[in-house]
Amino acid sequence: MSFGGLWPYIYIAVAGWLATDLWRWAGVIAGNRIDERSEVLNWVRAVATALVAAVIAKLIFFPTGTLEASPLWLRLGAVVFGGLCFFFGGRFRQIAGIAAAIAFLAAGLALLGV
Amino acid sequence: MTAPPEPQPQIHWFLLGMRGIFSLPAIILMLSFVGFAAFTAEAKIPVDQVMFMTGMVWALPAKVILVGSMLSGAHIATAFLAVTLSSVRMMPMVAALIPEIRTSRTPTWLLLIISHFVAITAWVFAMEKVRDVPRGGRVAFFAGFGVTLTLTNIVLVGLVYGAVSEFPPIVSGCLFFLTPVYFLTSIWISARHRVIYWALGIGLALGYVFAVVAPEYDILLTGVIGGTAAWWGERALRRREAAR
Repeated sequence: MSFGGLWPYIYIAVAGWLATDLWRWAGVIAGNRIDERSEVLNWVRAVATALVAAVIAKLIFFPTGTLEASPLWLRLGAVVFGGLCFFFGGRFRQIAGIAAAIAFLAAGLALLGV
Repeated sequence: MTAPPEPQPQIHWFLLGMRGIFSLPAIILMLSFVGFAAFTAEAKIPVDQVMFMTGMVWALPAKVILVGSMLSGAHIATAFLAVTLSSVRMMPMVAALIPEIRTSRTPTWLLLIISHFVAITAWVFAMEKVRDVPRGGRVAFFAGFGVTLTLTNIVLVGLVYGAVSEFPPIVSGCLFFLTPVYFLTSIWISARHRVIYWALGIGLALGYVFAVVAPEYDILLTGVIGGTAAWWGERALRRREAAR
């Protein structure tokens, strides 16, 4: 498509903004009816968490860009190493876990000459 | 005898939310947006349109799909369908957040407006932090964080577009990997119910399986099937423990 004129903005507004915000509004309507201590909220929490987990799995197993060419064992190794540092990281476990995973990945990419 | 603490004005919570721009999740998201700017610059989408979609769509996966549709010249209805399928996940995310932040007097129109600022990063951040904010200040706190994060990234995309046409591969690979690793650690830390750990584990496994067997609907199928299985299993265990 051509990127000139008003059309791209209409395209983004309809296929981007409306397509996404519709679901956010539906979430407000649904969330407004849910009691904070109800079993339904527990289910909604579980579904929302599983959805985000699916996005995470996709980023790790099927990355796009540079990592597409990297071996799976390297990416899984980075996650496992990061996880170990996370669970034994004490007070700074979040930073420790993330830094360890990225350092592992960077070292692997450098050694493999990606 | 001590007097009850004076309630803080709404602006206090809004400003406290704004300060979240200097947090780890905000910085990681900004790095992801630097990558997105490089991606759109390479695809030759004009910078004003990239800034426009950053503000209007906000969710990063939806934008990547939108850009893909624009590049392939897809019909607007086809693009709408692809984007809307990726954005269904917003509904349970918003629905889980709303009962945590609203009070009985929060107007629905206000919730409809601030729901626009929900995307994975803001959601994970809010689910983790709002417990430390008194209920009356939670909507203002989330608005302060969400609005600031969105505006900052619109400006950021405009600034770095073109300046970062190409990264060394190791840098772009590590930038990409920050996002899943950050999400994993954050969900684990912010979980206050056992069902969250179950949903995370089952979701990761099923996410892989469905990405292989049904790549078009993998996120949706994983959410509904994996989330329901996690909830059902955890509830069954909870009942057995209660009966003991």
